[in-house]
Amino acid sequence: MTDTRTAAPRAPSDEAAARPMIEVIGLHKSFGDHHVLAGIDLAVPEGSTAVILGGSGSGKTVLMKHMIGLLKPDSGKVIVDGEDIVPFGPQELERVRRKFGMVFQGAALFDSMTVYENVSFPLKEHAKKLKEEEVREIVRTKLGIVGLKGVEEKFPADLSGGMRKRVGLARAIVLDPKIVLYDEPTTGLDPITTDYVDEMILDAKRELGVTSVVISHDIASAFKVGDQVAFLSGGVIVEHGPPEQLRRSEQPALKLFLQTWFGKY
Amino acid sequence: MAEEVETTGAEKPPGLFASILQNLEKAFGKTVSDVGGVSVLGWDVLRWAIRRPYRLAILFGQLDFVGVGSILIVCLTGSFSGMVFAHQSVRAFQMFNAESLVGPTVALTITRELSPVFTALMVTMRAGSAMCTELGTMRVTEQVDALETMAVNPVQYLLVPRVLAGLTMVPVLAMLFDICGLAGGFFVAVMVQGVSAGTFLNRTQQWLDPEDIAEGLIKAAVFGLTVALIACYKGYHARGGAKGVGQATTDAMVQSALAIFILDYFVGVLLHS
Repeated sequence: MTDTRTAAPRAPSDEAAARPMIEVIGLHKSFGDHHVLAGIDLAVPEGSTAVILGGSGSGKTVLMKHMIGLLKPDSGKVIVDGEDIVPFGPQELERVRRKFGMVFQGAALFDSMTVYENVSFPLKEHAKKLKEEEVREIVRTKLGIVGLKGVEEKFPADLSGGMRKRVGLARAIVLDPKIVLYDEPTTGLDPITTDYVDEMILDAKRELGVTSVVISHDIASAFKVGDQVAFLSGGVIVEHGPPEQLRRSEQPALKLFLQTWFGKY
Repeated sequence: MAEEVETTGAEKPPGLFASILQNLEKAFGKTVSDVGGVSVLGWDVLRWAIRRPYRLAILFGQLDFVGVGSILIVCLTGSFSGMVFAHQSVRAFQMFNAESLVGPTVALTITRELSPVFTALMVTMRAGSAMCTELGTMRVTEQVDALETMAVNPVQYLLVPRVLAGLTMVPVLAMLFDICGLAGGFFVAVMVQGVSAGTFLNRTQQWLDPEDIAEGLIKAAVFGLTVALIACYKGYHARGGAKGVGQATTDAMVQSALAIFILDYFVGVLLHS
């Protein structure tokens, strides 16, 4: 177990940056007759932030759940840190999941626990040798990273949507994961809070050096936080590259998606 | 049916008989699927119950919630069941001058049948509904997914303590029901309706065997396990927001009550064979 108090931010070398931390190859998934993912290929280099952009119901969340092993594909591979996790059983998946932190759309905080209990939960599960005072110090540090102070004894119901997301991020990074997944982090937030959450994602990358995958339909946020953006439509990734490349893309579905946004704003 | 075959134009609604058949088929399919699902969940709970880490703090929390939290309601139900049963028995046996049988009748009925059935029903209503709603809410707000992403097995963390609490606490509460029921029966028969205390106690001692109490406790354990599994299964697989959680809780309550009465017959037959 990494000592979370002393772990330095991981700054990947140029060589390491080229190595994909997550690689999805030929991924297919159907629910009944609905073919949600129809052959996804995607590589996320270590230390980078990839945004998966797409409309509602395009399969973004399904793709993310495959990355962390919450869903099994019908066919295809999901390689995390060099290991194909598709054939893994529950115990092997638990080991792989310790490399991840995940921020959920609705934060998914345990509503019967205080903020402190929520953020310290992964530590108490997986770093049992730490003393209570050490746990308290780590929780204070992580809450500081996401810009929260003095909220440890509050319950999630007492917090605003933006604060809950920040507590969710603090919980996600408390074990210093290699990868952080963000599920629709800015959905339902006002523009100022959205901007704050974007900065929070960028800060987490800068300060902790994590590989991040963000799924979103918020184009402005996607272009702000993403090193690369993949546009998902019809169960496949139709365009993938740096934000500027997508902005100039002639791909019809993406063009329509972007026009709706830029036409509106 | 012949009418339906001949119909070539606009689709006709199914007839009453066909509609009843369709509903029965759907209900049968759902029942088979639920029984299978609960059985698989039971196996999963068993597998994860014997694996480390043992979450004793959560287990004690559930024992407290299911057991200690249900003491008052079980005592009240037990006392009044014994009282009303004694009241009716005295009236009936007086017709044959057989009031001496009131004690054993109350004791045998309570220990063998009323205690396990009523205790399990009370636990279902108080603790089973809460378990189902809590788990359902955790499911639809992605708290269960959050546990999985944090490499914590939700079956072990959430379900094992609840099922173990149901399995162990319902028999304990059934014992309490026995005591309260017998005390209530004694009070009404002896203090209110004038049956001799000596006759009541002597005849009860003469007829009531430890096997009768054991039968009730075995039934209570089976019911406790079953209602906890059903509540956990329905809550754990809830879908569709608040409405889905409400539907899951309704299903859990109805199915638990039915399961108690159905199992009561089969376990009783099995124990007497």
